[in-house]
Amino acid sequence: MADRDTPLINNLEDGPWPSYVKEIKRAAKKNAAAKDLLGVQELSFKDKITHWKHGGIVGVTGYGSGVIGRYVDVPEEFPAVEMFHTMRINMPSGWFYTTDALRKICDIWEKYGSGLTNFHGSTGDIILLGTDTKSLQPCFDELTEAGFDLGGSGSALRTPSACVGPARCEWACIDTLDICNNLTQEFQDEMHRPRWPYKFKIKVSGCPNDGVAAIARADFTIIGTWRDSLRIDQDEVRRYVKNGFDIKGIVTDKCPTKALAWDEKAQKLNLRADDCVRCMHCINKMCKAIRPGLDRGATILIGGKAPIIKGAYLSWVLVPFMKMEPPYDEAKELLHKIWEWWDENGRTRERVAELIERMGLKTFLRAVDLKPLPQMVYRPRANPYVFFD
Amino acid sequence: MGKSDIGPPSYKKMLPAVIEKNYGKWKYHEITKPGVLRHVSESGDEVWTVRAGSPRLVSIDFIRDICDIADKYCDGKLRFTSRSNVEFMTPKKENVEPIIAAVQKLGLPVGGTGKAISNIVHTQGWAHCHSAATDSSGLVKAIMDELYPYFTSMKLPAKLRVALACCINMCGAVHCSDIAIVGIHTKPPKVDNSKVSAVCEIPTTMASCPTGAIRKNPDPNVKGLVVNEEKCMYCGNCFTVCPAMPLADSTGDGVAIYVGGKVSNARHTPMFSRLAIPYLPNNPPRWPEAVNAIKNIVEVYAKHALPDERMGEWIDRVGWENFFKLTGIPFTEYHIDDFTHGIDTYRTTTQFRW
Repeated sequence: MADRDTPLINNLEDGPWPSYVKEIKRAAKKNAAAKDLLGVQELSFKDKITHWKHGGIVGVTGYGSGVIGRYVDVPEEFPAVEMFHTMRINMPSGWFYTTDALRKICDIWEKYGSGLTNFHGSTGDIILLGTDTKSLQPCFDELTEAGFDLGGSGSALRTPSACVGPARCEWACIDTLDICNNLTQEFQDEMHRPRWPYKFKIKVSGCPNDGVAAIARADFTIIGTWRDSLRIDQDEVRRYVKNGFDIKGIVTDKCPTKALAWDEKAQKLNLRADDCVRCMHCINKMCKAIRPGLDRGATILIGGKAPIIKGAYLSWVLVPFMKMEPPYDEAKELLHKIWEWWDENGRTRERVAELIERMGLKTFLRAVDLKPLPQMVYRPRANPYVFFD
Repeated sequence: MGKSDIGPPSYKKMLPAVIEKNYGKWKYHEITKPGVLRHVSESGDEVWTVRAGSPRLVSIDFIRDICDIADKYCDGKLRFTSRSNVEFMTPKKENVEPIIAAVQKLGLPVGGTGKAISNIVHTQGWAHCHSAATDSSGLVKAIMDELYPYFTSMKLPAKLRVALACCINMCGAVHCSDIAIVGIHTKPPKVDNSKVSAVCEIPTTMASCPTGAIRKNPDPNVKGLVVNEEKCMYCGNCFTVCPAMPLADSTGDGVAIYVGGKVSNARHTPMFSRLAIPYLPNNPPRWPEAVNAIKNIVEVYAKHALPDERMGEWIDRVGWENFFKLTGIPFTEYHIDDFTHGIDTYRTTTQFRW
């Protein structure tokens, strides 16, 4: 095909931030689909509208998810992207790679696809962007030979993800990478064969800083925490103060429960441990002196999601504290109970939070055998409309 | 047929040696300069990390380029962050500057740490998605070109997380970001009744509408649907289940800006982002209206927030009435929530600012 002029997108080759247009052009030197993608992108910039059609059902043998069908709406103009399917490849926990593994993926994708990728998609998978239907199976077969597998899509468990955790963070209260990997391996069938009302996401953050946005983005939110007291190294605290660190302005004034107070005279940081809500602020600001406690586990929360359909939800506290030791049976049993109730009662495209809202938290708690706890709510009800049964 | 359900490769095979040795033993860390982290272990070992920005939509040759750097300086290991940054890790301090030089030679910025704007988490947009109401990679590139100095420095009051979703499906779940940019449609779907019965399930499509705006076409001769346009808020949920109801529109589609969300529990509890600007036009390739509006919000925040105050914490302290005053953004009837949980946002106190 002839080279097309793409003045609108060429504009995005300029400027200090690295340019994805240059990346598409790099791929276009070797691949006709990548070249046509440039043209489709230019056409969208001109028309201010997408030129991709609704996906059809495509995939690999034995799987119902992991491949997103994609077709252009102007195939006569851009035949090389008539089919431009996406493959979602499950990343290793924490997005750690050897260069050997990455090079293998690149070589396979050079052979079967457009040569364009996302490292990574927003759920965390490696996204291989653009191939045709006949290449899906051989590409998948080679990827599995190289040790990789598909991620989730559709009304299935989506690829779980985790923050960097104990691999390179002093705040990790749980082994996020192992939990993520273990649950992913346990629930391969739930990921690869969609059978639920809608999607279900699991994310694992090592501490309440919540580096993978688990509270906003996961139906099942696992956030590391501790039950005992912060560990304070008073010598290190004094060293901070001696070096001119404004401990009052930066740390104690900002403690949300005023659990911390700096005793100037005694040169001591005092903690009322019962009032600490483990927000992480003091630890974030003075990580050499203040550390999480040692009786560690996770708070499990339920229901986080984006707006479709009833509105956005932040996850709600479900289990204030759960020890997280392999093989994580308690979490797995809870997940099975949640899925069973949701699968039984959920309507099409109803996320678990929406079902809980529709049927009531009380009903949900009974279904998953959990007792009500004050940690689950900000405040009790104000209205008198109680159903006694 | 090959193997199936093998799952992802174990992360254990992917860890740099210094990480494997000090797994779970890290004691503290510091940011020695923008984009450079030093983590120190209980064992006394340390690991240096250089963080580089990436355009996310990249070619395999980009991946090979960064592999070359990791082979040369990081024993053939690297990682990515949840915001699509690339991280090069080494126990050797003397490798840090050569890694930075190699990264910059590829045209990649080093930064995104601490009180900075990190990479924008985003969706597929016009490059790959059927329901996109705006582009993603293009708009992100236009924004990051303008906000670039905030990536490579740490001069903001606190970290500032920007995310972009090209439609309100929000597969990028942007709804708890300091600044969220959301592609929106502003016109109801155009029902193609010649296709509805062939490609859609009528009851499912009707049930998909959150406001009950879709019903069976009353004409007994038409096997199709009608939309009560007054009840439609253009969410596109019907289009997701029924391709015969497209609502993309070259003049109606655009972007909305939401601000003040966060996911971290530090200080203030997690918050949703809330509507600042209901609509700005799609104006590729540079989206000047959206880019300038975002830059203005960032600059007003940078000027007025106290140290360590996230966008939402600053607004919480000064009040939304002051947010609109300081940014010069008009407050309109669109800002008042009239959806399912809206009533909780109406003010029930005489405490407010003039």
